[in-house]
Amino acid sequence: MTDTTSVFEKTPEAEFGDFVALLKPRVMSLVVFTALTGLLVAPVSVHPLVGFASILFIALGGGASGALNMWWDADIDRIMRRTRNRPIPAGKVTEGEALGFGLALSGFSVVMLGLAANWFAGAFLAFTIFFYVVVYTMWLKRSTPQNIVIGGAAGAFPPMIGWAVATGGIGIESVLMFMLIFMWTPPHFWALALFMKSDYADADVPMLTVTHGRKATRTHILVYTLLLAPFALALAATSIGGPIYLAASLVLNGLFIAGALRIWRRDEATAEADSYRAEKRFFGFSLSYLFLHFVALLAEAGLAQFGWGGW
Amino acid sequence: MAFQEQHELHKRRFGRNLWLGVVLAAFVALVFGLTIVKVGGDGPDTAPDQAPAETEAGQ
Repeated sequence: MTDTTSVFEKTPEAEFGDFVALLKPRVMSLVVFTALTGLLVAPVSVHPLVGFASILFIALGGGASGALNMWWDADIDRIMRRTRNRPIPAGKVTEGEALGFGLALSGFSVVMLGLAANWFAGAFLAFTIFFYVVVYTMWLKRSTPQNIVIGGAAGAFPPMIGWAVATGGIGIESVLMFMLIFMWTPPHFWALALFMKSDYADADVPMLTVTHGRKATRTHILVYTLLLAPFALALAATSIGGPIYLAASLVLNGLFIAGALRIWRRDEATAEADSYRAEKRFFGFSLSYLFLHFVALLAEAGLAQFGWGGW
Repeated sequence: MAFQEQHELHKRRFGRNLWLGVVLAAFVALVFGLTIVKVGGDGPDTAPDQAPAETEAGQ
């Protein structure tokens, strides 16, 4: 009896919620929202159940890549404050379980998306998982300060997959939705890196703040924010844009550039003095920036049903 | 004998198995629904020449 009890205590068995946590639910919500937008703004309508299933499998594919990312990064997750409570460093899930879970779910989500929607969308999801896990997590993240720039592509693919579910292909609209998230990712994460000071350095992750210094990071944020604006505004001129999107995008880009300019003008002493207030505000606003752009696209598509949206 | 005693581990396993059962049941329902949609789509049974003809009695 004593032996049995000790065996129980030595064997950590994960609960259902621990496996859900492996899927990075917060990242998943962004994947669901952007993929759903890509699906709904596409010019081809999809049966609601096929659309629901497709978004579910895209979300599961995104979650699977999150589990594989946690398996590979378990060593640095133990060091960084932000990631210390993830299931593997917290001792709730073993690395082997995370690997098996991630691989099985990857295969499952790709095959099911191929069957539910079309094989182009399935292959696109497979490529996205490969890109996030192999290209970003295994290769770029620990080897180059441009990790966020190229790795950000993985997070930018979901609206293209949603579009592919409906149309079976790629369009200028889906490429511009990709570019919107792709160009948005670096300033978003570099702002985070500015106020999560020691985390990345402690874990030896070559973030721009660590390799090129904080002044260079501030300049990079401004440059990428300026480069982002034309892509965001270009969407307004496509078949999925319209006056509502254009107005929203003009305001959002104006505010985003103003925030980036504020960050660029500050030095470390000023930022330290007010506990990185401007950087934190910029980071918070970056989430609204992306969310509202996609809401505006949805509004155009919704109003088009009544003959109002678009140009 | 020792396994008859309820341990915290058993509760955790039950919770996990229960949720897994719910997920599997939902998956079965989803595949069933998808099958209905796919089979009932623009197949030959909805082709114009298969549509029920209007009869005078029905007018």
